[in-house]
Amino acid sequence: MATPEDNRYAKSHEYVHLEGDIATIGITEYAQKELGDVVFVELPQVDTELEAGDELGSIESVKAVSELFTPVSGTVVEINETLAGKPDLVNTDPFGDGWMIRVKVSDPTEVDELMTAEEYDEYVEKEAGH
Amino acid sequence: MSDEPLKKTPLNQVEKDLGGKMVDFGGWELPVQFSGILDEHDAVRNRVGIFDVSHMGELTVRGPQAVELLQRSTCNDVTKLEDGRAQYNGLLYPTGGFVDDILIYRMADDDYFIVVNASNSDKDFEWLEQAAQGLDVEVRNVSPDYAQLAIQGPEAERVLQTMTETPLAPIKYYRFDRGAVDGAPAIISRTGYTGEDGFEIYVSPEEGPRLMRKLVEAGVQPCGLGARDTLRLEAKMALYGNDIDQTTTPIEADLAWIVKLEKGDFAGRDVLAREKSEGPRRKLVGFEMVDRGIARHGYPVVDGKEEIGVVTSGTHSPTLKKAIGLAYLPLDKSAQGSEFNVLIRGKETRARVVPTPFYKRAK
Repeated sequence: MATPEDNRYAKSHEYVHLEGDIATIGITEYAQKELGDVVFVELPQVDTELEAGDELGSIESVKAVSELFTPVSGTVVEINETLAGKPDLVNTDPFGDGWMIRVKVSDPTEVDELMTAEEYDEYVEKEAGH
Repeated sequence: MSDEPLKKTPLNQVEKDLGGKMVDFGGWELPVQFSGILDEHDAVRNRVGIFDVSHMGELTVRGPQAVELLQRSTCNDVTKLEDGRAQYNGLLYPTGGFVDDILIYRMADDDYFIVVNASNSDKDFEWLEQAAQGLDVEVRNVSPDYAQLAIQGPEAERVLQTMTETPLAPIKYYRFDRGAVDGAPAIISRTGYTGEDGFEIYVSPEEGPRLMRKLVEAGVQPCGLGARDTLRLEAKMALYGNDIDQTTTPIEADLAWIVKLEKGDFAGRDVLAREKSEGPRRKLVGFEMVDRGIARHGYPVVDGKEEIGVVTSGTHSPTLKKAIGLAYLPLDKSAQGSEFNVLIRGKETRARVVPTPFYKRAK
């Protein structure tokens, strides 16, 4: 799966898709593959204030748990309720229906500091190759 | 992490060819999954899967005093074995703690084949060799001579039977036979670590890869360590290094059924006798999460500020679709239905003691 070019990417493998001042955040294709079968996703409540780098929740796969971090600061305006019943959407459609939260960003310039798709692909290649 | 290269089983290349996602498992390069843990778990519960367990160690104990050595070193009664039968047993320290949990096959009354955990094989060999001093018995570590394949699931007998002339139906649970699988000399054992019907076969390292390819071609799902862990945990089979180790006794680990005090003296007997009569300090229990979350290995069980126990294994159960696990709890808090708190990343999360095994196959 090609890494979508209309997103920005964090080193902790979250993507940010910005439309206006609303950022949709989820994890990347690479991250979901590394995690394996996702069995549930713990997300913050709507209206939670997040600073870039804060832990926003966690993902449990059968294999392990991993923490989720928000790459941008802002207020949670929506969480993906569908994941409670269908956590496997994170595996099957990470960039689409497997999104996790939407944040009203307080500083859109934070998004510019994240990696582009091309940069992220290079980063992943290095990480995978150790 | 050591810089030593990872050890490879004879099936390493086959697993890579089949798309196995390889990981470092106690110094061995083994697949954690092929198609996905849930998919592989489901294949074993409903059809048939194959696991490479060649990293497991094999020892032989041979000689006129073989039984004596095993009786002294283990807690189960080896004299109850007959030729062609296998027994789950504990190799114990004088403290009652586990050197290892092992499977003993009786080939003849003076010839035993012992299957041990990979990470313990050198330690077990040395321990038994030490204990054998002064006895007329020879202990050998024959681990490099075997590849081990576990074929597990309700269709295991049907599929394996197409590759061997040895009649499989008469091999009941915890029995074995010697024969050939697809022409390869094999020990064929009706045992496993999944809670499902199935076989473990021991063949030469040269024959292993061909057999694995053939079985996969016959429709058997290749499975990795991930599914092996979810399957064994649902069946409440102990994992050395997680649920049992040198600090835990078989009584604490809820394995009293392998402790035969009446067989005579053996390493750890005094401790186990006391625990049997007075009750152990703590007990391994099965639990389900009441609150959302998965309690995993090493997470503390707390009562207010006090740490009163520890989670030894925990996962999402693919069959029950719940978070389950095993934990050591103080004896007075271990009754079925009791609730307790596990600290999951700093948050007190409720769990409840439930009957085990979590999953039992329909007979």
